[in-house]
Amino acid sequence: MSFTGILSIALGAILVENFILVQFLGICPFMGVSRKMDTALGMGIAVIFVMALASIFCYLVNLILVPLHLEFLQTLAFVLIIASLVQFVEMFLQKAIPSLYEALGIYLPLITTNCAVLGVVLLNVQKNYSFIESVVYGITGGIGFLVAIVLFASVRERLEFAEYPKAFEGFPIALVSAGLIALAFMGFSGLRVW
Amino acid sequence: MTTVIYAVLILGALAVVFGAVLAFAAKKFAVEKDPRQEAIAEILPGANCGGCGFAGCSAYADAIVTSGARTNACVPGGNATAGKIAEIMGVQAEETERCVAQVKCSGTTGHMKKKLIYSGIPDCNAAMQLGGGSGANGCPYGCLGYGSCVKACPFDAIYLKDGIAHVDHEKCKGCMTCASVCPKGIIIKVPYAADITVACSSKDPGRVLRNYCDLGCLACHICEKICEYDAIRVIDGRAVIDYTKCVSCGKCATKCPRKLIRDARLNLENEE
Repeated sequence: MSFTGILSIALGAILVENFILVQFLGICPFMGVSRKMDTALGMGIAVIFVMALASIFCYLVNLILVPLHLEFLQTLAFVLIIASLVQFVEMFLQKAIPSLYEALGIYLPLITTNCAVLGVVLLNVQKNYSFIESVVYGITGGIGFLVAIVLFASVRERLEFAEYPKAFEGFPIALVSAGLIALAFMGFSGLRVW
Repeated sequence: MTTVIYAVLILGALAVVFGAVLAFAAKKFAVEKDPRQEAIAEILPGANCGGCGFAGCSAYADAIVTSGARTNACVPGGNATAGKIAEIMGVQAEETERCVAQVKCSGTTGHMKKKLIYSGIPDCNAAMQLGGGSGANGCPYGCLGYGSCVKACPFDAIYLKDGIAHVDHEKCKGCMTCASVCPKGIIIKVPYAADITVACSSKDPGRVLRNYCDLGCLACHICEKICEYDAIRVIDGRAVIDYTKCVSCGKCATKCPRKLIRDARLNLENEE
Protein backbone atom coordinates (compact mmCIF):
# COMPACT_ATOMS: atom_id res chain seq x y z
CA MET A 1 0.00 0.00 0.00
CA SER A 2 1.83 3.05 -1.23
CA PHE A 3 1.35 6.58 -0.02
CA THR A 4 0.38 7.82 -3.50
CA GLY A 5 -2.28 5.12 -3.67
CA ILE A 6 -3.87 6.44 -0.46
CA LEU A 7 -3.53 10.00 -1.67
CA SER A 8 -5.19 9.19 -4.98
CA ILE A 9 -8.11 7.50 -3.19
CA ALA A 10 -8.49 10.52 -0.90
CA LEU A 11 -8.32 13.03 -3.74
CA GLY A 12 -10.75 10.95 -5.75
CA ALA A 13 -13.29 10.72 -2.95
CA ILE A 14 -13.12 14.40 -2.00
CA LEU A 15 -12.95 16.08 -5.41
CA VAL A 16 -12.96 13.92 -8.53
CA GLU A 17 -15.71 11.50 -7.52
CA ASN A 18 -17.38 13.66 -4.89
CA PHE A 19 -20.34 11.67 -3.61
CA ILE A 20 -22.83 14.51 -3.84
CA LEU A 21 -21.69 16.69 -6.68
CA VAL A 22 -20.35 14.09 -9.09
CA GLN A 23 -22.04 10.79 -8.16
CA PHE A 24 -25.29 12.42 -6.97
CA LEU A 25 -25.62 10.23 -3.89
CA GLY A 26 -27.04 11.54 -0.61
CA ILE A 27 -28.94 14.48 -2.06
CA CYS A 28 -31.65 14.46 0.64
CA PRO A 29 -29.54 15.81 3.53
CA PHE A 30 -27.63 17.94 1.02
CA MET A 31 -30.79 19.89 0.24
CA GLY A 32 -32.41 19.54 3.66
CA VAL A 33 -29.71 20.59 6.13
CA SER A 34 -27.82 23.15 4.07
CA ARG A 35 -29.87 26.19 5.03
CA LYS A 36 -27.45 27.20 7.78
CA MET A 37 -23.71 26.75 8.07
CA ASP A 38 -23.83 25.34 11.64
CA THR A 39 -26.22 22.50 10.90
CA ALA A 40 -24.46 21.75 7.59
CA LEU A 41 -21.18 21.41 9.47
CA GLY A 42 -22.80 19.14 12.09
CA MET A 43 -24.38 16.98 9.41
CA GLY A 44 -21.09 16.72 7.52
CA ILE A 45 -19.24 15.60 10.64
CA ALA A 46 -21.96 13.07 11.45
CA VAL A 47 -21.68 11.64 7.92
CA ILE A 48 -17.87 11.39 8.15
CA PHE A 49 -18.28 9.54 11.43
CA VAL A 50 -20.92 7.14 10.13
CA MET A 51 -19.11 6.52 6.82
CA ALA A 52 -15.84 5.71 8.59
CA LEU A 53 -17.51 3.33 11.05
CA ALA A 54 -19.61 1.75 8.29
CA SER A 55 -16.47 1.15 6.19
CA ILE A 56 -14.75 -0.57 9.11
CA PHE A 57 -17.64 -2.82 10.10
CA CYS A 58 -18.73 -3.65 6.57
CA TYR A 59 -15.18 -4.64 5.68
CA LEU A 60 -15.06 -7.01 8.68
CA VAL A 61 -18.45 -8.53 7.87
CA ASN A 62 -17.46 -8.89 4.24
CA LEU A 63 -14.51 -11.00 5.45
CA ILE A 64 -17.06 -13.52 6.75
CA LEU A 65 -19.33 -13.32 3.70
CA VAL A 66 -16.72 -13.93 0.99
CA PRO A 67 -15.29 -17.32 2.13
CA LEU A 68 -18.86 -18.62 2.50
CA HIS A 69 -19.74 -17.44 -1.06
CA LEU A 70 -22.48 -15.24 0.32
CA GLU A 71 -21.56 -12.13 -1.69
CA PHE A 72 -25.18 -11.80 -2.78
CA LEU A 73 -26.01 -10.88 0.83
CA GLN A 74 -23.70 -7.87 0.84
CA THR A 75 -26.33 -5.19 0.25
CA LEU A 76 -28.67 -6.72 2.82
CA ALA A 77 -25.98 -7.13 5.46
CA PHE A 78 -24.58 -3.64 4.86
CA VAL A 79 -27.98 -2.04 5.23
CA LEU A 80 -28.39 -3.91 8.52
CA ILE A 81 -24.97 -2.71 9.72
CA ILE A 82 -25.57 0.93 8.73
CA ALA A 83 -29.02 0.99 10.31
CA SER A 84 -27.70 -0.35 13.62
CA LEU A 85 -24.72 2.00 13.50
CA VAL A 86 -26.89 5.07 12.99
CA GLN A 87 -29.17 4.00 15.83
CA PHE A 88 -26.11 3.66 18.01
CA VAL A 89 -24.69 7.04 16.98
CA GLU A 90 -28.09 8.64 17.62
CA MET A 91 -28.25 7.28 21.16
CA PHE A 92 -24.68 8.32 21.78
CA LEU A 93 -25.26 11.88 20.51
CA GLN A 94 -28.44 12.29 22.53
CA LYS A 95 -26.45 11.57 25.64
CA ALA A 96 -23.14 13.23 24.79
CA ILE A 97 -23.95 16.23 22.53
CA PRO A 98 -27.67 17.03 22.91
CA SER A 99 -27.36 20.32 21.03
CA LEU A 100 -26.00 18.58 17.92
CA TYR A 101 -28.67 15.90 18.35
CA GLU A 102 -31.41 18.53 18.27
CA ALA A 103 -29.83 20.43 15.41
CA LEU A 104 -29.66 17.30 13.26
CA GLY A 105 -33.21 16.35 14.20
CA ILE A 106 -34.84 14.15 11.60
CA TYR A 107 -31.73 14.06 9.41
CA LEU A 108 -29.71 11.84 11.69
CA PRO A 109 -32.13 8.90 11.32
CA LEU A 110 -32.20 9.75 7.63
CA ILE A 111 -28.47 8.92 7.37
CA THR A 112 -29.71 5.34 7.74
CA THR A 113 -31.24 5.48 4.30
CA ASN A 114 -28.60 7.83 2.92
CA CYS A 115 -27.42 6.21 -0.28
CA ALA A 116 -24.02 7.90 0.04
CA VAL A 117 -23.21 5.73 3.07
CA LEU A 118 -24.40 2.55 1.40
CA GLY A 119 -22.57 3.74 -1.73
CA VAL A 120 -19.25 3.96 0.11
CA VAL A 121 -19.39 0.43 1.48
CA LEU A 122 -20.59 -1.13 -1.78
CA LEU A 123 -17.92 0.72 -3.78
CA ASN A 124 -15.31 -0.49 -1.27
CA VAL A 125 -16.25 -4.05 -2.18
CA GLN A 126 -16.53 -3.37 -5.91
CA LYS A 127 -13.09 -1.76 -6.03
CA ASN A 128 -11.53 -4.57 -3.95
CA TYR A 129 -10.11 -2.13 -1.41
CA SER A 130 -7.97 -3.38 1.46
CA PHE A 131 -8.89 -2.55 5.05
CA ILE A 132 -6.85 0.65 5.19
CA GLU A 133 -8.02 1.71 1.73
CA SER A 134 -11.64 1.13 2.75
CA VAL A 135 -11.29 3.24 5.86
CA VAL A 136 -9.54 6.01 3.93
CA TYR A 137 -12.24 5.92 1.26
CA GLY A 138 -14.93 6.07 3.96
CA ILE A 139 -13.40 9.03 5.81
CA THR A 140 -12.50 11.00 2.69
CA GLY A 141 -15.89 10.25 1.15
CA GLY A 142 -17.36 11.84 4.28
CA ILE A 143 -14.98 14.78 3.96
CA GLY A 144 -16.12 15.17 0.35
CA PHE A 145 -19.71 15.29 1.63
CA LEU A 146 -18.71 17.88 4.24
CA VAL A 147 -16.93 20.04 1.65
CA ALA A 148 -19.91 19.91 -0.70
CA ILE A 149 -22.54 20.66 1.94
CA VAL A 150 -20.51 23.48 3.55
CA LEU A 151 -19.85 25.09 0.16
CA PHE A 152 -23.54 24.81 -0.65
CA ALA A 153 -24.62 26.18 2.74
CA SER A 154 -22.40 29.22 2.32
CA VAL A 155 -23.91 29.84 -1.12
CA ARG A 156 -27.43 29.49 0.31
CA GLU A 157 -26.69 31.88 3.17
CA ARG A 158 -25.74 34.49 0.57
CA LEU A 159 -28.80 33.69 -1.51
CA GLU A 160 -30.93 34.87 1.42
CA PHE A 161 -29.94 38.43 0.60
CA ALA A 162 -30.02 38.15 -3.17
CA GLU A 163 -32.79 39.45 -5.36
CA TYR A 164 -34.30 36.93 -7.74
CA PRO A 165 -37.69 36.36 -9.36
CA LYS A 166 -40.50 35.30 -7.04
CA ALA A 167 -40.91 31.99 -8.85
CA PHE A 168 -37.36 30.97 -7.89
CA GLU A 169 -37.75 31.59 -4.16
CA GLY A 170 -36.78 28.74 -1.83
CA PHE A 171 -36.02 25.36 -3.33
CA PRO A 172 -35.89 26.20 -7.04
CA ILE A 173 -33.00 28.65 -6.64
CA ALA A 174 -31.28 26.17 -4.29
CA LEU A 175 -31.52 23.41 -6.91
CA VAL A 176 -30.19 25.72 -9.62
CA SER A 177 -27.23 26.74 -7.48
CA ALA A 178 -26.57 23.09 -6.54
CA GLY A 179 -26.42 22.31 -10.25
CA LEU A 180 -23.96 25.14 -10.84
CA ILE A 181 -21.69 23.91 -8.03
CA ALA A 182 -21.84 20.40 -9.53
CA LEU A 183 -20.84 21.86 -12.90
CA ALA A 184 -17.87 23.54 -11.22
CA PHE A 185 -16.83 20.18 -9.76
CA MET A 186 -16.75 18.70 -13.27
CA GLY A 187 -13.55 20.70 -13.61
CA PHE A 188 -11.85 18.18 -11.31
CA SER A 189 -12.56 15.20 -13.56
CA GLY A 190 -9.33 13.86 -14.98
CA LEU A 191 -7.35 15.12 -12.00
CA ARG A 192 -4.95 12.35 -11.05
CA VAL A 193 -2.15 11.62 -8.62
CA TRP A 194 0.07 9.68 -11.00
CA MET B 1 -28.91 -26.01 0.57
CA THR B 2 -25.85 -25.30 2.69
CA THR B 3 -25.72 -21.78 1.22
CA VAL B 4 -29.24 -21.07 2.45
CA ILE B 5 -28.42 -22.32 5.92
CA TYR B 6 -25.23 -20.27 6.03
CA ALA B 7 -27.08 -17.19 4.80
CA VAL B 8 -29.74 -17.55 7.48
CA LEU B 9 -27.17 -18.27 10.18
CA ILE B 10 -24.89 -15.37 9.28
CA LEU B 11 -27.62 -12.77 8.98
CA GLY B 12 -29.31 -14.12 12.11
CA ALA B 13 -26.06 -13.93 14.04
CA LEU B 14 -25.42 -10.38 12.81
CA ALA B 15 -28.91 -9.33 13.81
CA VAL B 16 -28.54 -10.85 17.28
CA VAL B 17 -25.16 -9.18 17.84
CA PHE B 18 -26.38 -5.76 16.70
CA GLY B 19 -29.59 -6.14 18.65
CA ALA B 20 -27.62 -6.92 21.81
CA VAL B 21 -25.30 -3.95 21.27
CA LEU B 22 -28.23 -1.60 20.70
CA ALA B 23 -30.07 -2.91 23.75
CA PHE B 24 -26.96 -2.32 25.81
CA ALA B 25 -26.52 1.17 24.35
CA ALA B 26 -30.15 2.03 25.05
CA LYS B 27 -29.52 1.30 28.75
CA LYS B 28 -26.08 2.88 28.85
CA PHE B 29 -26.93 6.10 27.02
CA ALA B 30 -30.49 6.46 28.28
CA VAL B 31 -31.43 10.11 28.74
CA GLU B 32 -33.90 10.59 31.53
CA LYS B 33 -36.51 13.11 30.58
CA ASP B 34 -39.25 14.54 32.68
CA PRO B 35 -42.52 13.50 30.98
CA ARG B 36 -43.93 16.93 31.82
CA GLN B 37 -41.28 18.49 29.57
CA GLU B 38 -42.51 16.59 26.53
CA ALA B 39 -46.11 17.40 27.39
CA ILE B 40 -45.31 21.11 27.60
CA ALA B 41 -43.26 21.05 24.40
CA GLU B 42 -46.28 19.59 22.65
CA ILE B 43 -48.58 22.39 23.85
CA LEU B 44 -46.21 25.19 22.87
CA PRO B 45 -46.83 26.62 19.38
CA GLY B 46 -43.49 25.37 18.02
CA ALA B 47 -42.69 28.61 16.20
CA ASN B 48 -39.34 28.88 18.04
CA CYS B 49 -39.77 32.66 18.00
CA GLY B 50 -37.77 33.27 21.17
CA GLY B 51 -40.37 35.66 22.58
CA CYS B 52 -40.17 33.88 25.93
CA GLY B 53 -36.48 34.69 26.25
CA PHE B 54 -35.30 31.12 25.67
CA ALA B 55 -33.60 29.61 22.63
CA GLY B 56 -36.75 27.93 21.38
CA CYS B 57 -39.88 26.07 22.40
CA SER B 58 -38.09 22.96 23.66
CA ALA B 59 -35.55 25.07 25.55
CA TYR B 60 -38.44 26.92 27.22
CA ALA B 61 -40.19 23.65 28.11
CA ASP B 62 -36.92 22.46 29.61
CA ALA B 63 -36.55 25.69 31.61
CA ILE B 64 -40.08 25.45 33.03
CA VAL B 65 -39.52 21.94 34.32
CA THR B 66 -35.89 22.12 35.44
CA SER B 67 -35.34 25.69 36.58
CA GLY B 68 -38.86 26.86 37.32
CA ALA B 69 -39.29 29.43 34.54
CA ARG B 70 -42.55 31.40 34.44
CA THR B 71 -45.45 29.50 32.94
CA ASN B 72 -46.85 32.54 31.13
CA ALA B 73 -43.77 33.54 29.15
CA CYS B 74 -45.04 32.16 25.83
CA VAL B 75 -46.22 35.24 23.96
CA PRO B 76 -47.79 33.66 20.85
CA GLY B 77 -49.63 31.06 22.92
CA GLY B 78 -51.11 33.68 25.24
CA ASN B 79 -53.45 32.83 28.08
CA ALA B 80 -54.64 29.54 26.60
CA THR B 81 -51.14 28.04 26.52
CA ALA B 82 -50.20 29.53 29.88
CA GLY B 83 -53.27 27.89 31.41
CA LYS B 84 -52.44 24.47 29.98
CA ILE B 85 -48.81 24.70 31.11
CA ALA B 86 -49.89 25.71 34.59
CA GLU B 87 -52.22 22.72 34.64
CA ILE B 88 -49.38 20.34 33.75
CA MET B 89 -47.07 21.91 36.33
CA GLY B 90 -49.84 21.99 38.93
CA VAL B 91 -49.59 25.71 39.66
CA GLN B 92 -51.96 28.65 39.44
CA ALA B 93 -52.21 30.14 35.95
CA GLU B 94 -50.83 33.66 35.59
CA GLU B 95 -52.61 36.06 33.28
CA THR B 96 -50.79 37.47 30.28
CA GLU B 97 -51.77 40.61 28.46
CA ARG B 98 -51.76 40.28 24.70
CA CYS B 99 -49.22 42.63 23.18
CA VAL B 100 -48.34 43.51 19.62
CA ALA B 101 -45.38 45.16 17.95
CA GLN B 102 -45.59 48.72 16.66
CA VAL B 103 -43.23 50.43 14.24
CA LYS B 104 -42.69 53.91 15.64
CA CYS B 105 -42.27 55.80 12.39
CA SER B 106 -44.59 57.51 9.96
CA GLY B 107 -42.00 58.73 7.45
CA THR B 108 -43.59 57.32 4.33
CA THR B 109 -42.10 57.81 0.87
CA GLY B 110 -42.33 61.44 -0.16
CA HIS B 111 -42.60 62.73 3.37
CA MET B 112 -39.14 61.84 4.57
CA LYS B 113 -36.12 63.13 2.66
CA LYS B 114 -33.45 60.69 1.51
CA LYS B 115 -29.77 61.36 2.07
CA LEU B 116 -28.63 59.13 -0.76
CA ILE B 117 -29.97 56.66 -3.30
CA TYR B 118 -29.33 53.18 -1.95
CA SER B 119 -29.31 50.27 -4.36
CA GLY B 120 -27.35 47.64 -2.43
CA ILE B 121 -28.55 44.50 -0.66
CA PRO B 122 -32.20 45.03 0.30
CA ASP B 123 -31.63 44.60 4.01
CA CYS B 124 -31.79 47.22 6.77
CA ASN B 125 -28.66 46.05 8.56
CA ALA B 126 -26.66 46.21 5.32
CA ALA B 127 -28.08 49.65 4.50
CA MET B 128 -27.04 50.90 7.93
CA GLN B 129 -23.38 50.70 6.90
CA LEU B 130 -23.85 53.69 4.62
CA GLY B 131 -24.80 57.30 5.13
CA GLY B 132 -22.66 57.76 8.22
CA GLY B 133 -24.11 54.71 9.92
CA SER B 134 -27.76 55.69 9.62
CA GLY B 135 -28.66 54.45 6.14
CA ALA B 136 -30.16 56.35 3.24
CA ASN B 137 -32.77 58.10 5.37
CA GLY B 138 -32.65 61.79 6.07
CA CYS B 139 -34.01 60.95 9.51
CA PRO B 140 -31.40 59.21 11.67
CA TYR B 141 -34.16 57.50 13.67
CA GLY B 142 -36.74 56.52 11.06
CA CYS B 143 -37.67 53.23 9.42
CA LEU B 144 -35.32 52.27 6.57
CA GLY B 145 -37.97 50.23 4.82
CA TYR B 146 -35.83 47.34 3.57
CA GLY B 147 -37.80 44.83 5.56
CA SER B 148 -35.32 43.04 7.83
CA CYS B 149 -38.22 42.76 10.28
CA VAL B 150 -40.49 41.36 7.54
CA LYS B 151 -38.00 38.54 6.92
CA ALA B 152 -37.48 37.92 10.63
CA CYS B 153 -41.17 37.69 11.54
CA PRO B 154 -42.10 34.04 12.18
CA PHE B 155 -45.81 34.85 11.83
CA ASP B 156 -45.77 36.81 8.57
CA ALA B 157 -47.31 39.77 10.39
CA ILE B 158 -45.17 42.64 9.11
CA TYR B 159 -45.44 44.15 5.65
CA LEU B 160 -43.91 47.08 3.80
CA LYS B 161 -46.14 49.86 2.55
CA ASP B 162 -45.15 53.30 1.27
CA GLY B 163 -41.53 52.74 2.26
CA ILE B 164 -42.00 51.83 5.92
CA ALA B 165 -42.88 48.68 7.86
CA HIS B 166 -46.40 48.11 9.21
CA VAL B 167 -47.63 45.52 11.68
CA ASP B 168 -50.77 43.49 11.10
CA HIS B 169 -52.28 43.50 14.61
CA GLU B 170 -54.34 40.39 14.06
CA LYS B 171 -51.39 38.26 12.91
CA CYS B 172 -48.85 39.71 15.38
CA LYS B 173 -48.25 37.57 18.44
CA GLY B 174 -46.00 40.05 20.20
CA CYS B 175 -42.87 37.88 20.21
CA MET B 176 -40.74 40.93 19.31
CA THR B 177 -38.36 39.00 17.08
CA CYS B 178 -38.66 41.97 14.73
CA ALA B 179 -37.43 44.39 17.40
CA SER B 180 -34.26 42.34 17.86
CA VAL B 181 -33.30 42.63 14.17
CA CYS B 182 -34.31 46.28 13.67
CA PRO B 183 -31.05 48.28 13.50
CA LYS B 184 -32.90 51.46 14.41
CA GLY B 185 -34.58 49.97 17.46
CA ILE B 186 -37.89 51.63 16.63
CA ILE B 187 -40.17 48.62 17.04
CA ILE B 188 -41.76 48.60 20.48
CA LYS B 189 -44.25 46.45 22.32
CA VAL B 190 -47.70 47.95 22.90
CA PRO B 191 -50.82 46.37 24.39
CA TYR B 192 -53.11 44.84 21.77
CA ALA B 193 -55.99 46.80 23.29
CA ALA B 194 -54.20 50.14 22.98
CA ASP B 195 -56.05 52.50 20.63
CA ILE B 196 -53.68 55.44 20.83
CA THR B 197 -50.17 55.14 19.40
CA VAL B 198 -47.37 57.59 18.64
CA ALA B 199 -45.69 56.86 15.33
CA CYS B 200 -42.37 58.68 15.59
CA SER B 201 -39.03 57.91 17.25
CA SER B 202 -37.06 61.06 16.41
CA LYS B 203 -35.10 62.57 19.26
CA ASP B 204 -34.30 65.72 17.30
CA PRO B 205 -35.91 69.05 18.23
CA GLY B 206 -38.60 70.34 15.87
CA ARG B 207 -36.42 72.81 13.98
CA VAL B 208 -33.93 70.06 13.06
CA LEU B 209 -36.64 67.54 12.28
CA ARG B 210 -38.44 69.90 9.89
CA ASN B 211 -35.40 69.71 7.59
CA TYR B 212 -35.94 66.05 6.78
CA CYS B 213 -39.47 64.96 7.65
CA ASP B 214 -42.93 66.43 7.10
CA LEU B 215 -44.63 64.16 9.61
CA GLY B 216 -42.35 63.64 12.64
CA CYS B 217 -42.93 64.70 16.23
CA LEU B 218 -41.99 68.34 16.85
CA ALA B 219 -42.00 67.95 20.63
CA CYS B 220 -44.55 70.78 20.83
CA HIS B 221 -45.96 69.45 24.15
CA ILE B 222 -49.60 70.03 23.07
CA CYS B 223 -50.50 66.40 23.78
CA GLU B 224 -48.84 66.60 27.17
CA LYS B 225 -50.87 69.66 28.12
CA ILE B 226 -54.18 68.35 26.89
CA CYS B 227 -53.96 64.93 28.55
CA GLU B 228 -56.06 64.78 31.71
CA TYR B 229 -54.51 61.56 32.92
CA ASP B 230 -50.81 62.44 32.71
CA ALA B 231 -50.44 59.50 30.36
CA ILE B 232 -48.52 61.15 27.52
CA ARG B 233 -45.22 62.94 27.96
CA VAL B 234 -42.55 64.32 25.71
CA ILE B 235 -39.37 62.44 26.54
CA ASP B 236 -36.15 62.86 24.52
CA GLY B 237 -37.86 65.02 21.93
CA ARG B 238 -40.84 62.79 21.11
CA ALA B 239 -44.18 61.93 22.67
CA VAL B 240 -44.29 58.70 24.68
CA ILE B 241 -47.46 57.10 26.02
CA ASP B 242 -47.64 55.40 29.40
CA TYR B 243 -50.17 52.65 28.74
CA THR B 244 -50.75 52.01 32.43
CA LYS B 245 -52.33 55.47 32.65
CA CYS B 246 -53.82 55.93 29.17
CA VAL B 247 -57.60 55.52 29.03
CA SER B 248 -57.85 55.91 25.24
CA CYS B 249 -59.90 59.11 25.41
CA GLY B 250 -58.34 60.18 22.12
CA LYS B 251 -57.96 63.87 22.92
CA CYS B 252 -54.25 63.98 22.13
CA ALA B 253 -54.89 62.34 18.76
CA THR B 254 -57.35 65.06 17.76
CA LYS B 255 -55.04 67.90 18.82
CA CYS B 256 -51.71 66.63 17.47
CA PRO B 257 -50.68 69.17 14.81
CA ARG B 258 -48.73 66.51 12.87
CA LYS B 259 -51.46 63.82 13.15
CA LEU B 260 -48.90 61.27 14.23
CA ILE B 261 -50.69 60.35 17.41
CA ARG B 262 -53.01 57.79 15.90
CA ASP B 263 -56.37 56.71 17.19
CA ALA B 264 -57.05 53.22 15.84
CA ARG B 265 -60.82 53.79 16.19
CA LEU B 266 -60.69 56.89 13.98
CA ASN B 267 -58.66 55.05 11.34
CA LEU B 268 -61.29 52.37 11.15
CA GLU B 269 -64.01 54.96 10.60
CA ASN B 270 -61.96 56.68 7.93
CA GLU B 271 -61.40 53.46 6.06
CA GLU B 272 -65.07 52.72 6.07
